[in-house]
Amino acid sequence: MNELTPYLSALLGGIYIGLAVVWLMWANGRIAGISGILGGLLRLDKEELAWRAAFVLGLLGSPWMYSLVTGEKIFIHDGTSVETAIIAGLLVGVGTQIGSGCTSGHGVCGTSRLSARSITATLTFTVAGAVTVYLARHIFGATA
Amino acid sequence: MRTSYPLQVISAAGAGLLFGQGLIISRMIDPIKVMDFLDFSGDWDPSLAFVMLGAILVTSIGYKILFNTERPLFADLFRLPKAKNIDLRLLSGAVLFGIGWGLAGLCPGPALVDSGLGLPSVLSFVISMIIGINGYRLFRALSAKTKPQSNSE
Repeated sequence: MNELTPYLSALLGGIYIGLAVVWLMWANGRIAGISGILGGLLRLDKEELAWRAAFVLGLLGSPWMYSLVTGEKIFIHDGTSVETAIIAGLLVGVGTQIGSGCTSGHGVCGTSRLSARSITATLTFTVAGAVTVYLARHIFGATA
Repeated sequence: MRTSYPLQVISAAGAGLLFGQGLIISRMIDPIKVMDFLDFSGDWDPSLAFVMLGAILVTSIGYKILFNTERPLFADLFRLPKAKNIDLRLLSGAVLFGIGWGLAGLCPGPALVDSGLGLPSVLSFVISMIIGINGYRLFRALSAKTKPQSNSE
């Protein structure tokens, strides 16, 4: 572990994400936008539903696979209270449907295609996120 | 190869697993780390920018190669979003999303990966997010049905 470790693991993780995104396009011809995939889970069309559910199950199972391969337990820091998390979850859910995408769909897939729409969305939600963290931490003094 | 739904299911599960490994390795799954990344005025942690860098690098090269091929392995065509317009809808959706992302340090992918780790706040976020996604879609579907001619109900 040294000062570069977080940067290298971030880059490596990003490369894994890119490979997964490219794989889903290569195999299934689909954009790996998580909010789009989740939004399609209420479909009645069986073929559409099945691959979406499989992708979500893969994501849900990934901590188990990580621990199996590395032998490490996964640890994360609790970010907020349950009350804030409920409000944040609603905003994220509704926001992705109004804005047609999230960090993966706009941020990775759209930006890689140089879609002006996705790049605009990515810059917008990053600024909105930064302003929110600024207000929460430095103005309202949240502990997290 | 012909369109194969069973193979699509298997490849999608593999893509989800691999995507999750990337989120875990990069530490994008840690809400506090995400907040530190968004905290430009505080003790800024820029490392998560490298997640985007790595992902975009691989995706832009990979997509470029793929889109010169005829079709996907297990499907009939590459499906890409057609919308090009930058409008109030896109911007307001992105703003709402960004506020939620900043409040909880979670976006949909990491939230799903984290949902089995036993934190009540993460679980509340995921349930609330799914309600938000589907509630909004239901609202849209209903208002589209009732708008032109109200003979549907």
